[in-house]
Amino acid sequence: MKIIELGASVTASNDRDAALLRQRLRAQGILLVNVMSAAGSGKTTLLSRIIRDMESTRFAVLEADIASDVDAKTIEALGAKAVQVHTGGMCHMDAGMTAAAFDALDTTDIDIAFLENVGNLICPAEYDTGASLKLMILSVPEGDDKPLKYPLMFAESDILVISKIDALPYFNFDVEKCTARAKKLNPAIKVFPVSAKTGEGMAALEAELHKAQCAIRNS
Amino acid sequence: MHEMGIVLHLAKTLDETAAQEKLTRIGKVVLQVGEVSGIMTDLFTDAWDYFKGRHPVLKDSELVLEQIPAVTYCDNCKGTYETVKYGKECPFCHSGETWLLKGNECIIKEIEAE
Repeated sequence: MKIIELGASVTASNDRDAALLRQRLRAQGILLVNVMSAAGSGKTTLLSRIIRDMESTRFAVLEADIASDVDAKTIEALGAKAVQVHTGGMCHMDAGMTAAAFDALDTTDIDIAFLENVGNLICPAEYDTGASLKLMILSVPEGDDKPLKYPLMFAESDILVISKIDALPYFNFDVEKCTARAKKLNPAIKVFPVSAKTGEGMAALEAELHKAQCAIRNS
Repeated sequence: MHEMGIVLHLAKTLDETAAQEKLTRIGKVVLQVGEVSGIMTDLFTDAWDYFKGRHPVLKDSELVLEQIPAVTYCDNCKGTYETVKYGKECPFCHSGETWLLKGNECIIKEIEAE
């Protein structure tokens, strides 16, 4: 037997699958957004609001099959496509599963696809799904200390949405402190405090998504 | 569940390596696992023993795990210390502005194969 030195990350094959999927979606002009958060952070409400507000954009939502809290019927009622992705009981989505979900979808009329990852702040951060934009949601009731407890998730995300800011008067959540903690881990992270219920802060987030979609379409 | 995911990716990466290098049998697989990677080594080995049977090239393989010690860097006093012993707070200056330097990784170091 010979010894082969690899020095490769265990997830090397996933990284390759992810790069291929990213290329394929770019060619189709689709912005794939990897949405990561804990369960109960308000994903359904946030995505529904975005789909309603951005009228001229065509959406699809890919949901992971464990711990999924996006209601497919709610999403479809808004005119977006919804598809179930099978993780086979795993705690995160990977690029292969995401590509399989796109194979099952008519992709001719999609501008933005949201991949609703499995609901936790740990494992999903470790796997590249092929998304061009990583968006994490932290809701006010979860606490402003979460960047200290789940540093990788904050370090990996492009966008941090602080959701449920209409509940700020009832919680000891310091938006500035949370933003500073997140920026310390990831100076490039963009922070959007929003309330999908009242609409506060939504326009800025939607403008950012629109900008990212244009960048993909024109690339 | 987390271990199962990593094992599946490991098996896939090794299958691809075998195809590339025209290997028919893989023996020892040396994996470097960070002390705070969250990987439970006994669960990991169990998951491996279960999955390797499904990959012909891996059926006689043996997993060898090497631990990478976790080291934390203190942004305040610029020192480093053992993560597991002291946790988030720097033992020298008691600052909380500390970051993990290493100990979170999972790397395939080398394989024995023919």
